[in-house]
Amino acid sequence: MQSKVHVRTAINGEPAEFLCEPRQSLLECLRDLCNLTGTKEGCNDGNCGACTVEMDGRIVTSCLVLGVEAEGAQIGTVEGLARGTELHPLQKAFLENAALQCGICTPGFLVAAKALLEQEPEPSEARIRLWLANNLCRCTGYDKIIRAVQQAAREMKEARP
Amino acid sequence: MTKTEYQVVGTRPVRHDGADKVTGRALYGADFQMAGLLHGAILRSPHAHARIVRIDTAKALAYPGVKAVVTAADFPPAPDKLVDFGEGATPLAYVRGNVLASGKVLYRGHAVAGVAATSAHIAEEAAQLIEVEYEPLPCVLTAPEAMQPDAPILHDGLRTAELGEKAQGRSNISEHFRHILGDSKKGFAETDVVIEREFSTATVHQGYIEPHNATALWNNDGRVHIWCSTQGSFVVRDATACVLDIAQSRIRVTPMEIGGGFGGKIPVYLEPVAALLSRKTGRPVKILMTRKDVFEGTGPTPGSYIRVKIGATSDGKLVAAEAYLAYEAGAYPGAMVGPGGMCVFAAYDIPNVTIDGFDVVVNKPSTAAYRAPGATNAAFATETVIDELAEQLGIDPVEIRLRNAAKEGTRRADGPKFKRIGCVEVLEAVRGSEHYQSPLEGPNRGRGVAVGFWFNVGLPSSCTINVNADGTVNLVEGSTDIGGTRTSVAMQAAEVLGIPVEDVHPSVVDTDSVGFTAVTGGSRVTFSTGMAACEAAGDVIRQMKERAAKLWETVPDKVEAGRGSFRCNGHSATFKELAAKVGETGGPVVGRATVNPRGVGGSFSAAIADVEVDPETGKTTVLRFTSIQDAGKAIHPSYVEGQMQGGSVQGIGWGLNEEYYMSRDGMMMNSSLLDYRMPTSLDLPMIETIIVEVPNPGHPFGVRGVGEANIVPPPAALANAIYRAAGVRMRRLPMSPPAVMEAIWSK
Repeated sequence: MQSKVHVRTAINGEPAEFLCEPRQSLLECLRDLCNLTGTKEGCNDGNCGACTVEMDGRIVTSCLVLGVEAEGAQIGTVEGLARGTELHPLQKAFLENAALQCGICTPGFLVAAKALLEQEPEPSEARIRLWLANNLCRCTGYDKIIRAVQQAAREMKEARP
Repeated sequence: MTKTEYQVVGTRPVRHDGADKVTGRALYGADFQMAGLLHGAILRSPHAHARIVRIDTAKALAYPGVKAVVTAADFPPAPDKLVDFGEGATPLAYVRGNVLASGKVLYRGHAVAGVAATSAHIAEEAAQLIEVEYEPLPCVLTAPEAMQPDAPILHDGLRTAELGEKAQGRSNISEHFRHILGDSKKGFAETDVVIEREFSTATVHQGYIEPHNATALWNNDGRVHIWCSTQGSFVVRDATACVLDIAQSRIRVTPMEIGGGFGGKIPVYLEPVAALLSRKTGRPVKILMTRKDVFEGTGPTPGSYIRVKIGATSDGKLVAAEAYLAYEAGAYPGAMVGPGGMCVFAAYDIPNVTIDGFDVVVNKPSTAAYRAPGATNAAFATETVIDELAEQLGIDPVEIRLRNAAKEGTRRADGPKFKRIGCVEVLEAVRGSEHYQSPLEGPNRGRGVAVGFWFNVGLPSSCTINVNADGTVNLVEGSTDIGGTRTSVAMQAAEVLGIPVEDVHPSVVDTDSVGFTAVTGGSRVTFSTGMAACEAAGDVIRQMKERAAKLWETVPDKVEAGRGSFRCNGHSATFKELAAKVGETGGPVVGRATVNPRGVGGSFSAAIADVEVDPETGKTTVLRFTSIQDAGKAIHPSYVEGQMQGGSVQGIGWGLNEEYYMSRDGMMMNSSLLDYRMPTSLDLPMIETIIVEVPNPGHPFGVRGVGEANIVPPPAALANAIYRAAGVRMRRLPMSPPAVMEAIWSK
C-alpha cells in the first residue's frame, strides 16, 4: 500500500489537514476524510457537476482534482454557504422556489450559482443557463433552479448598500 | 369542502426537509458511515452473452486488504418459486440471476462477483483479479431480431405465455397478450382514412444523478440491517429476504435520502451482495456503483418496435385501431409492455380495437420501470398517427383529439371503464392556452401537440401521528421521499387536523418502525400515503374529541371539531390547548391508519412544443414548451409544477437525444454522462405549466397523482413539431441531429 500524504489546506475559511493516498480525489478526501458529505458524487468523471466546489476562487469538479492538489488552497463547499443559522440568499431562494426535488444535485448547483453571482451580480437568464450547463439535474427540468438564481440575484442586489 | 375553504391544501410551504438539503446535511445512501466499514466492488461481465465456464477467486482473495469474495455459488440453495414485489410475479431464479449471474451472463455489465476490502480502491483492483473463463455466445439486441425463430436463445427454460397458454419450444418471447374491443377488421371497413405506421424507440435510462448504493450489516444476532437509497424500503426487505432465503423479519431496511429514481430504484442490485459479503466478514459492507455500472448494470427502460394503425371517418371520428407492441425486456422477462397496452389508445373513445403485446428478452440490462413505464413508447406511435390523420382530414390536431377524447364511461380495450377523468378538460386547456393561441412565425419552425395517459396506482400505505403536548404532531410514514412528499403528505394531515403545516413534523422511518408501505412509484405517494395521513389525522381527531368530552363531562359525539378547534355546550378549545391536556385526560394520543385505496384516479397530460430545426445540422431547438396535466387536486402546486417540468424534460431528452448506443456485440458505447446526453439547462427554455383540476372522487381532496403522465406526450409532441418545421415525419427515437438529417436527405 502506498504511504499517505499530509495535506494542509483551508476548507470554508477554516484551516484543515488530512492524510490521503496520492490517488484519492479531492471529492473522496472531502467526503471520506473530512466528513463533508454535502459534496456529492454523481459520475466521478467531471460530467454531472454534483461534486462542484470552489477552489481558490474558481469552481472545479472535485472528482477531477486530486486531494494533494488542495495543499495550500482555499476550498469552499456547500457546508460553508450558510452563516451560522442564517441561510445564504441562494439557499433561501432554492427553498422558496421549490428548486429541488431529490436534492442530490443541489449542493453543486448552489456552489456554482454562488460563484456566478459573485462575479456577475445581474446575470441574464441565458447567462445563468450557460453557467449552470455543467450541472445536471434530472428532477426539475431546471426551470425553478433558474428562477431561484434570478430571485437570489435580485435579493442580493437589494441587500447591497 | 369547497376549494376556498382549504387552509393548507393548495398552498406552497417550504418543504420540511429543505434546510437539510440546501446545507448538505441530508444523508443519502453513499453518505452513510459506520465503524469497521468495509468497501465493496462488483465484477461485471465484459460479454453480452456468454457461458461462465469457471470462476477462480484465489488471486483476488490473496490481495492485501481483501476480506471476502462472493459469487452466485454463495446464495443458499432454495427451490425456485414465483415472487412478487408489486410489479408482477417473477421466478426467484431470475431475481437472483440478475443480482449475481449463474451459469450464463446475459448482458455486458451483468454482475458476476462481489469483493469486500478495506478500501474501495482495493476492492476495485481485487475485482479485476478474479479470473472468469467465458465461452462467448452470439447475442441478440432488439425485439424484432430476438423474435426470429433462429435467434440466439437467452433462457433455455423460457416458454412463451401465448395468449394465456404455455407454448412449446424455446423462445425469447416471454409473453404475448391480446386485448380486443369490438371488431377492428369490421371497423376499418367503415372508415374513410386509414393510416398505419411503424416505429422504433431506443433504450433510454432514468438518469438519476445519484448512483445506486447499499450498506449491509449481518449482525451477530442473525439480523441483517441495510441502509440504502431506494424507492421502496419494504421491497428491498422482501426482495433481499427472498434472494437470501431468510425470513423478512430478519431484515431491517433504513431508507436513506434518495437522489432520484424515476422507477429505476425499485429493484435490488447491491443489497443482497453487500449482505452476503457482510455475513462472510462479520463487518458492515458498503457498495457504491460507478456511473458506468449504473448504465450497464441497472434497468433502463425498454427499447421497442411498434406498429399502429388507426382509421377514421371523413368527419374525424375514430372508428378502429390496432397496435402491435414488441418491447425489449432486457435479460429477464418484464418489459412493461402490459402498461403500454393499457395506455396506447387510452386517450380515445374508439369502438373497435385490437392490441397485441410482446414481452421479449434481449442481451441488454434487465429493464426497470421509468416514469409511466411503457406508455411513452406507445404514445409516440399513437400520437404521431393521430397527427397525420388530422392533417389528412384537414382538422385541427387538438380538435380531432377532443372529438374522440375518452371520458367517464369510455371502455378501454384492456377492460376497465373509465371513471371520472380529465382528458377533455386537459385538451380544452391546451386549446384555450395562450401558447396554443399565439402564432409561431419564422422559417424552420413548427408546433406540435400530443396527449398521454397514465393510470396511476393505489397500493398499501401506513401512517401514524403522535400528538405532542405543545400542539404539534409527529407524522411517521414509510414512503421514501423522492421529491417533496414529506410535505405533500404532511399538508393533508395538517388540513384534517386544522393546524399549520409547520406544526406537522414528518419522518420517513425504517421497516421495523412503520407498517408496510409499498413503493414510491406509480404516482401513488401523495394519493395513497396522503390518504393514510388523512385517516390517521381523523383518528387523532376522534381521540381528541374523547379527551374534550372527558374535560367537559359530555359524550364524544356531542363535541364538534373543525379548523383546529373543538366545541361543545359553550366550551371550546384549540387543538393546541387540548394537546396540552392529553396527559391529564388519559395519556398520549396516537392516530393510526393503514390504507389500500381502490379509488385510484388516472391522470392525463398534454404537451405543446414549439421547435426550430436547423436544416444544415438536423439539430432541434425547443423554443417554447408547455405541459398540461390533470392533477385532480394540486396539494402543493409548486411540486406539482416541478413534476410536470421534470417529466417534460425527461421526455424531451428521450425524444431528441438519449439512447443506448450499442455495438453489434452488445457493448454500450456511450456509458458516461458526457456521451449519454441528457438535457442541460442550456438546451431548454422555461417549461410552462397548466395544472388542470378534475377531482378524483376516490380521494378526500381529489388527488390523482402527478408523477408520471407528464413524460408521455413530449416525444410525440416534438415529432409533430419537427414535421411542421422540417417536413419530415420522424418515426424513430431519438430524433437526434443525424436521424433528422437522414430524414431530410431522404425526403
